Amino acid sequence: MITLNEIKKILNNNDPSFLEDLAQQAQMLTEQYFGRTITLYMPLYLSNYCSSHCTYCGFHSHHKIKRFKLTPDEIRREMACISDKGIENILLLTGESYQATPLSYLKEAVLIAKEFFPNIALEVHPMDENDYKSLILAGVDGITIYQETYNKKRYQKVHLSGKKKNYDYRRETPKRAAKAGIRSLSLGILLGLSDATKDLYELYKHLKEMEKNFPAVEYNLSFPRLRPIQGKDFAICDVDDKTFIKIICLTRILFPRVGINLSTRENARLRDNLLGLGITRMSAESSTFVGGYAQKSLKNDTPQFDIKDSRSVKEIIQLLKKRQFDPVLTDWRRIETF
Amino acid sequence: MANKKNFSDPLIIAGKKFKSRFLLGTGKFPSKEILKQSLKESQTEIVTVALRRIDIKRHEENILQYIPKHITLLVNTSGARNAKEAVRIAHLARESGYGNWIKIEVINDSKYLLPDNHETLKATEELAKNGFIILPYISPDLNIARELVKAGAATVMPLGSLIGSKQGLKTKELIKILIDEIDIPIIVDAGIGFPSQAAEAMEMGADAVLVNTAVATAKDVVKISKSFALATEAGRLAYLHANKEIKNIAQASSPLTGFLYDKK
Repeated sequence: MITLNEIKKILNNNDPSFLEDLAQQAQMLTEQYFGRTITLYMPLYLSNYCSSHCTYCGFHSHHKIKRFKLTPDEIRREMACISDKGIENILLLTGESYQATPLSYLKEAVLIAKEFFPNIALEVHPMDENDYKSLILAGVDGITIYQETYNKKRYQKVHLSGKKKNYDYRRETPKRAAKAGIRSLSLGILLGLSDATKDLYELYKHLKEMEKNFPAVEYNLSFPRLRPIQGKDFAICDVDDKTFIKIICLTRILFPRVGINLSTRENARLRDNLLGLGITRMSAESSTFVGGYAQKSLKNDTPQFDIKDSRSVKEIIQLLKKRQFDPVLTDWRRIETF
Repeated sequence: MANKKNFSDPLIIAGKKFKSRFLLGTGKFPSKEILKQSLKESQTEIVTVALRRIDIKRHEENILQYIPKHITLLVNTSGARNAKEAVRIAHLARESGYGNWIKIEVINDSKYLLPDNHETLKATEELAKNGFIILPYISPDLNIARELVKAGAATVMPLGSLIGSKQGLKTKELIKILIDEIDIPIIVDAGIGFPSQAAEAMEMGADAVLVNTAVATAKDVVKISKSFALATEAGRLAYLHANKEIKNIAQASSPLTGFLYDKK
């Protein structure tokens, strides 16, 4: 396991030739283990109800924003719209409200999603093992759960109320989902929230621990950078592009087979240049509003964060092909064995 | 189409004859067009395709559109974590019209991607009974290989080294045992990173090799696919015709047993 000091040295080394070496190594490993392929997915926000107060989030409970939750009909319309774009991997998101989007609501959404998508992942409030079991039975393949920061003090400072305040319950979430039999897990840190070096070290530790105890799970990592919400900036530790690239390359070198997601929080230029450097999965044409694909009218309201790359799925596919990458739209076939 | 009647030394799997002993995996290619050219250039006759990667919705994205009809499709059960899932994938593949040739791949370990021999055997037992032609991918192990033969496997596919690692025949001694003891074809799968390693596997008596990463991620994918095919053939020729390491049986003197003939 890499030490904290080693990570610090790498992130602080600003020699361009060192960064180039890192990138070359990361590119080689990515090609070796994933080939020139990028899996595409799209997020769908089902609801912005939230009972947690995370100071940096556009959906938090103290914001006086319009709250929406898609009805089953609306969910179906949004999903049909996403599916028409050729996307087969969907990530369903909600704010963290156990009341507004309880298990039954999520299950219903998953059952509708099954009509359109072979691969369904959820990024919602953390749950108990039995809830995960029933979601997996309903058709969920992946769970995304970011610790945001592993710095406990900082965590308490930015998560003021709601169940999310409970650091340990959140950190144990991947374990509960794995015990329930989840196929894939995405872990991550919200860069900018706290010292990146320490967070990275703790994330690697967490991943190692998970790999050891649950080897069958397929792991993905994400490194979202804190984005301003409607112009307001919440980051306390700025992670610049160079550091961001170093984080991705280092992660690839340390975990050659782990998937790395890249969202549309990053701008088109950076996303284009990160192709092949470690990234294996990308979102495209994302809306961070509730709905936002079929029902454009909802777009007058607040997004969870601002999007930096608004190119369409079609444009991203064209770009990938031009750059000699195979865009992977289908990477899963639902197999019901129970 | 390969002339199946007039060639010597065919590879025979489940009664079907193949001229080429080079099998190609279809994952990780930069584009399906390049894959198509590689198939042509390498003249491979068997390709593996992951069922989960077959895009049935979009014609132009469907990998099967790029695989000529004379090539035997070997659907793999990539993504299966246990026998049950592998069996389900095999049935889905057959129901979808992709034939009944299945490469069983049960992987329960996302870090090393090592196959689960035990679950692989269970899936083979079940599927072979149901009319599938089964090519199981295993960590080389004689006992499992024997069980697989009993279960009705068409070949045994031991790994040379970790999938995608390009480390070559790290398991050479164990594969040699399989070659010596198992009467169905031994196809070395996984870990072959260079044409020389393919030749090495063939030269020691493997019946065929399967390569994917080393071709799909090469600088010039098409040329390297041909190079692998040629190396496979060269290795086979060497196996068949080169002087084997025959010990000089007729030793001039007999230092150990000469005493028997000493006149007392």
